[in-house]
Amino acid sequence: MSALLHLEGVRAGYGAVQALNDVSLHVEQGEIVTLIGANGAGKSTLLMTLCGEPRAQAGSIRFAGQEISGLPTHAIMRLGIAQSPEGRRVFPRMSVRENLLMGAEVLSRANPAPQLARVLALFPRLEERLEQRAGTLSGGEQQMLAIGRALMSQPRLLLLDEPSLGLAPLVVKLIFSAIRQLNAEGMTVLLVEQNANLALRLAHRGYVLVNGRITMAGTGAELLATKEIRDAYLGAAAH
Amino acid sequence: MTAAAEPVRALRDAALAALIAFGLFAPLVGLRTDVGSDGALMLRGRWDDVAWLCGIAFAGRFAMLMLAGRLHAPAAPPWLARPWQQAQPYLPRGFLALAVLLPALPFIERYELDLGILVLTYVMLGWGLNIVVGLAGLLDLGYVAFYAVGAYAYALLATEFGLSFWICLPLAGILAAFWGVLLGFPVLRLRGDYLAIVTLAFGEIIRVVLLNWVSLTGGPNGISGIPRPGLFGLSFAADADNSFAEFFGLEYDPIHRVIFLYYLILALALLTNWVTLRLRRQPLGRAWEALREDEIACRALGINVTITKLTAFAIGAGFAGFAGAFFATRQAFISPESFTFIESAIILAIVVLGGMGSQLGVAIAALLLIGGTELFRGLAEWRMLIFGAAMVVIMLVRPRGLVGTRTPSTLLHGAPR
Repeated sequence: MSALLHLEGVRAGYGAVQALNDVSLHVEQGEIVTLIGANGAGKSTLLMTLCGEPRAQAGSIRFAGQEISGLPTHAIMRLGIAQSPEGRRVFPRMSVRENLLMGAEVLSRANPAPQLARVLALFPRLEERLEQRAGTLSGGEQQMLAIGRALMSQPRLLLLDEPSLGLAPLVVKLIFSAIRQLNAEGMTVLLVEQNANLALRLAHRGYVLVNGRITMAGTGAELLATKEIRDAYLGAAAH
Repeated sequence: MTAAAEPVRALRDAALAALIAFGLFAPLVGLRTDVGSDGALMLRGRWDDVAWLCGIAFAGRFAMLMLAGRLHAPAAPPWLARPWQQAQPYLPRGFLALAVLLPALPFIERYELDLGILVLTYVMLGWGLNIVVGLAGLLDLGYVAFYAVGAYAYALLATEFGLSFWICLPLAGILAAFWGVLLGFPVLRLRGDYLAIVTLAFGEIIRVVLLNWVSLTGGPNGISGIPRPGLFGLSFAADADNSFAEFFGLEYDPIHRVIFLYYLILALALLTNWVTLRLRRQPLGRAWEALREDEIACRALGINVTITKLTAFAIGAGFAGFAGAFFATRQAFISPESFTFIESAIILAIVVLGGMGSQLGVAIAALLLIGGTELFRGLAEWRMLIFGAAMVVIMLVRPRGLVGTRTPSTLLHGAPR
């Protein structure tokens, strides 16, 4: 049985800067896989490369058995990948509802109402703010909106880039429990996080990215127990 | 700008402004060359004028800084605020009723109607550019190019092939839209300032081509004798066989044609408005606005940014083409001189002053800018000065434009519009 997402020897970068070097990883159907690493390790680049920007210079990216490394971004998203980008990037002058509807754009003709109801059930806070401009939301609400917007396209794989960025611990907890609930309903998630402690606790498996290379892989619990990980990414707070 | 800065700082700032003014005005105003009695050029100093100008700059900057806190947001007095808020939804309808009834009003003469046609032409151009700049957020400084394409398309098709206005009108729009796509392709990757520069160049290229391709466009002589439109085959000419006046049993009057042209441009402008409002509720219009807000997020959502940008360029350009065809048929004569950069700048000013994306704001701004400058025509050389000062004041008082709030395109059912 082949994995939902399979990367093999992927290299990518911006101009002369090589951001990803020979990256191989796989995400099985129904898993939460996390990618941890320091600033500039290439975590975000990896997610962007999945979406085709920048393009992979070498290696193969297969999604549900199909090679996607040569497809344009919108075609990749159409296959069932959705991303909540780093820094949330909601459309500030548009209402929450309009933001969510933008997420369903990929589905072209399908009626977005049932999926909208599902997203609002997952994040009831968004329902209260439906007609509010997205720029007036709090950081946590904007993160919910970014994830909700990604879910509107009914993806098979959800890419989350730093969902805990700049949020209060209580809000992060809320977001992470939503991710757990999504996964329990069958969503496959690839999560990029700086908050390694939280991410590894949530994820089934994890990969450690250092300078564009995967240096370690294992289950969340295994990685959490590794001394190098604790020293490098968990810091004093985890002791 | 800090609210009411302390006087010392304001004085220092004002002195700096006066210094800059001196640097500018000393060579521009201070040194004047006159032809002397013996025919030779004489240099004459006008330093008292320079002193006046620097003094005005000093006083103006000082007053502006001291009033800074009070200048912003002139809140309506309480007794007016509520009625004003309640009246706002009816404002567009009021304007529409006024526009429709205008030719029937007693004090409206030919001059006022001509002015109305001019204003409506700019309202339409403003609404067209609003799609590109206000909704899709693509700063286009060469919009007049599509206006020119539409005008020349109609003029050439009508004079060379004798096609009627009603066939040429859609053709002019399609041709302009085609040029919009043509411009769109090379600038797909450009944003902000870079996009502005390339579109500016594009506008100039079209004008220079029109000026130099003499065999097709007549060059600087332009195209004259462009046929006038008729109404279902009824002509508005005085000596026509099948004339409008005759058919309806009226006395011939040249004002009939003016009224007809007025309603024609009103209909075209309303078509632009209607299409824009409809599209805003469609996925395409939403994608334009999302593109304005955040292009990267759009890509992350799988929106085809190429198609989205090209449709914005094409539809915006198409409406400019319609307006251009109307312009050509109304003037009966066109030359490259009508399509200079200043036209693009005025249309863009209308969109920005109106509040980027607001249909009502664009209409009001067009009325103020075009109608206003026309009203001040008697003041001759002071006109542009007033125009500039008015723009500065509007931008200081209402930095987001006259109508700066954006109405959501979808609402809860039952919520008032």
